[in-house]
Amino acid sequence: MQVPARFEYERAQSVSHALALLDRHGPESRVIAGGHSLLPMMKLRLARPEVLIDINDLAELSFLGVEGDELVVGALVRHAQLLADPTVGRFFPIFHDAERVIADPVVRNRGTVGGSLCQADPSEDLSAAFAAVRATAVIQGPDGEREVPIREFHRGPYETAVEPGELLTRLRVPLRPGAGSAYEKVERRVGDWPVAAAGAQLRLDGGVIAEAGIGLTAVGAEHFAAPGAEEYLTGRAPGEEAFAEAGRIAAEDCNPQADQRGPVAYKRHLAGELVRRVLTRAAGRAAGRAGDRQAGE
Amino acid sequence: MTQDTSGTTTPMGFGRMHRKEDARFIRGRGTYVDDVRLPGMLHGAILRSPHAHARILSVDASAAEAYPGVRAVITGATLETLNLAWMPTLSADVQAVLATDKVRFQGQEVAFVVAEDPYTARDAVELIDVGYEPLEPVVDARRALDADAPVIRDDLEGRTGNHIFDWEAGDRAQTDAIFERAEVTVAQDMLYPRVHPAPLETCGAVADFDKVTGKLTVWCPTQAPHAHRTLYALVAGLPEHKIRVISPDIGGGFGGKVGIYPGYVCAIVGSIVTGRPVKWMEDRSENLMSTAFARDYHMRGEIAATRDGRILALRVKVVADHGAFNGTAQPTKFPAGFFGVFTGSYDIEAAHCEVTGVYTNKAPGGVAYACSFRITEAVYLVERMIDVLACELDADPAELRMRNLIRPERFPYTSPTGWEYDSGDYPRALRLALDMAGYDKLRAEQAERRRGDGPQLGIGISFFTEAVGAGPRRHMDILGLGMADGAELRVHPTGKAVLRVSCQSQGQGHETTFAQIVAAELGIPPDDVEVVHGDTDQTPFGLGTYGSRSTPVSGAATAIVARKVRERARLVAAAMLEASPQDLEWSVSETGGRWSVQGSAGHGRSIQEIAMAAHSNLELPEGVEGHLDAVTVYNPPNLTYPFGAYVCVVEVDPRTGQVKVRRFVAVDDCGVRINPMIVEGQIHGGLADGVGMALMQLMAFDEDGNHLGASFMDYLLPTALECPSWELGETVTPSPHHPIGAKGVGESATVGSPAAVVNAVLDALRPYGVRHADMPLTPANVWSALRGSPLRTDLAIT
Repeated sequence: MQVPARFEYERAQSVSHALALLDRHGPESRVIAGGHSLLPMMKLRLARPEVLIDINDLAELSFLGVEGDELVVGALVRHAQLLADPTVGRFFPIFHDAERVIADPVVRNRGTVGGSLCQADPSEDLSAAFAAVRATAVIQGPDGEREVPIREFHRGPYETAVEPGELLTRLRVPLRPGAGSAYEKVERRVGDWPVAAAGAQLRLDGGVIAEAGIGLTAVGAEHFAAPGAEEYLTGRAPGEEAFAEAGRIAAEDCNPQADQRGPVAYKRHLAGELVRRVLTRAAGRAAGRAGDRQAGE
Repeated sequence: MTQDTSGTTTPMGFGRMHRKEDARFIRGRGTYVDDVRLPGMLHGAILRSPHAHARILSVDASAAEAYPGVRAVITGATLETLNLAWMPTLSADVQAVLATDKVRFQGQEVAFVVAEDPYTARDAVELIDVGYEPLEPVVDARRALDADAPVIRDDLEGRTGNHIFDWEAGDRAQTDAIFERAEVTVAQDMLYPRVHPAPLETCGAVADFDKVTGKLTVWCPTQAPHAHRTLYALVAGLPEHKIRVISPDIGGGFGGKVGIYPGYVCAIVGSIVTGRPVKWMEDRSENLMSTAFARDYHMRGEIAATRDGRILALRVKVVADHGAFNGTAQPTKFPAGFFGVFTGSYDIEAAHCEVTGVYTNKAPGGVAYACSFRITEAVYLVERMIDVLACELDADPAELRMRNLIRPERFPYTSPTGWEYDSGDYPRALRLALDMAGYDKLRAEQAERRRGDGPQLGIGISFFTEAVGAGPRRHMDILGLGMADGAELRVHPTGKAVLRVSCQSQGQGHETTFAQIVAAELGIPPDDVEVVHGDTDQTPFGLGTYGSRSTPVSGAATAIVARKVRERARLVAAAMLEASPQDLEWSVSETGGRWSVQGSAGHGRSIQEIAMAAHSNLELPEGVEGHLDAVTVYNPPNLTYPFGAYVCVVEVDPRTGQVKVRRFVAVDDCGVRINPMIVEGQIHGGLADGVGMALMQLMAFDEDGNHLGASFMDYLLPTALECPSWELGETVTPSPHHPIGAKGVGESATVGSPAAVVNAVLDALRPYGVRHADMPLTPANVWSALRGSPLRTDLAIT
């Protein structure tokens, strides 16, 4: 039996209560939601928080839906909820692609979107997916709310813009009519951390790419993104060669580390291959959605 | 037969029936060692070494001893005073119970804390301050014998290197001569990497030493309770009749629960020191890091053949990584297990192998994970070599195998290394497997796919022969204890029976299978037979369950003891019928077993009637004891030789290196099948094992000797999603020397399947010029192989 070191436990009743508890217990306290990253680390005694602040009762953070021209994803939305939501699937197939390959149903039933982002594991799939769709993170602290673009949210492995005493409350994702998106990963086994993964969103306009978003997982891409490849694609006609070149640029720009999932050369190769694949699928979906829209008009 | 609600039937003997033990397992009512809770019980936890190789400078346990709730801290120094710091291994070596001089692998046991609860014990472990002087570790087995390699076992007097043993089999001169004049020779280096059986239940023990009676009771998930009891008696000097080993329900063993681990000894010492029962349960990482690993054979195979594909000779050299202590579990005269059976299923004129065992700074073990005493390594070697030869000759691997299989008329067949294969029809099994797979159609699809650059198809074949059921006591013992097993059968007055056996189920379904053997012999329903096992106070002596030996040995003992009872029943029936015993004939119908006067079926008595009479006031003839019971000890005359033909179909994405197992056809011949459903379950599990080993399971070590597979985040077990729907077939060639013709099946699929998966992946890569890559064939490894440099899978990827 693996057991954590001794800790105290608090159960927050509201966001303000959670913030008060964070303030009271200071930097040695940790927020717990799904617990699928924190608890294993505690059991291995790699993490030793003195106090756990449980936010699972904060129903206000479980909102998932469209508000205006944005998709709003509460920090406490479970992976399974995101995966089951038809609106999410319609506007952002990238999230459904990603959620299908995140861990397993047991983890997805409990793990949360906010927890995934705040854990800031370099191998976390949703970080790349949100980077691809250029989400905005909403963070609440004692002095109120502030907004951080997702590409400024991650400051490095296991480090985010959420300061001690603050709480990530939700993500806002702009709806992009006509856009298509996709996510794909290579893993050694279902449920393993990715060897590498990539996500992309493409918005086409007049036969050229008006906007490209590319997210990369587990390959040491800064802020989980591939801006060089995105820039290359913008204004170009979608196609096999353009996507392959974008993959090549993304592969060159990332900085993977060797581990038991593979050597650097392989991970870099995968970054390129997967970017090529998700761009192809995203473009296909964008074309399909453009058709839907016309039919609906 | 009676119909049960699930649609299966309960046969009066062999056939499909649900497992009797499952009622408690599926209700969560099993009793595993961690379910044992005794009044006043304390809890132990082990402090383990963070270093792979380091000198211990100091151990300060004072803070742990002072921690509230701690009842004792035991260190190597404590054990030295009891002469228990070292214990004998199963391979004539010694192993540290708690380290005294040095630590020799990461995760080695250093100290043991006994406390009021497991949490306190874990917390206190962290308060023990150990001073280490790190030493250079030996990580790469291929460098262990280098002149400048650090000496790991300087505790052994006169030891100047890391060499453990050299062992050989076969005729070197004859083999070399054939190689010199052969038309074709091929050679291939290959690693069967270190893997771990990773049973769902980790190891643990509850030890209860009663100071008043002097009796020690140990609950522990051991596959060999009687051997454990005798070893405790011999090592600790406790009288054997005052030791009781109870092996309760076990959550998987696979050979990893054969040996005695330091934690067991610590729990016993903890109970003696504190006077209270002590429970110790290891966690998952401890299990993966410190208990018996499997394989770790660095092999070089060579085949000499004619140009038209007749295999003439096989030559093998092995460097065997045994870790820091030589603790492999196999019969004494077989330091490389049964690797000597490496010519496999082929009729080969000459063969020779050399195995060199070496120490490294890794956990001890080597014989585990359903390996049939290293036949897994042997089968992998020969099956991989056949495909390498097929590559060289541009031959079809199925035809090449068919050409060289031992023909049915050659049985009993004596192999060039001296094994006597009892029975088999190999071509029939291979033909069935190829037919089931639709081999020709698959090859056509493969050719089609090779014209494109999409996912490639790979078709892999493996044909295995096992030698199981160890074994004849003249040749086979473990630490001097012969490998014969006892059985006791008692039929109660109402015709219900209790069978006591020495083997110990870890999930194999013994309570059902052995009841079915009794049922078949006595004509009583299997539900009327209680099978008792796993308690040394309740069962006859025997060496336990591993090496697929339960049915070949204890199953034989069960059939024989039941036949003894049946003969006793004949005498009682004769008295009841006032007939001569010679005039009676035995029959088993749907209603049960019966002795009747020959030619007069109505004039007879059922086994239940006979049982009651045997306990009654019936006058019995001179020399006939009353009651209906018997004992026996079965000493197998030979091993049994199950075999099988496997075909695996994979798809490989050459752009990412991902492998998908699309189909797996398994034709097994384990002789007579007692409960086909249990046999199929065993095969399903073994095939999943094979997929795991071939594609994902990996315990590599970095240059500092850090274990890189010490949790299920790193050591990957296959799930249903990686496994296809297994397609099973069977042939039956009964073992001629086993009382019911059974051969054992527990390890067949684990032994046979890895080579099929690997051969399939490499078959897919054949157009790219790839001849070999070592397991596991992870996406990274496949991709690297496609670029001409497959990974070294025993070392860290850099």
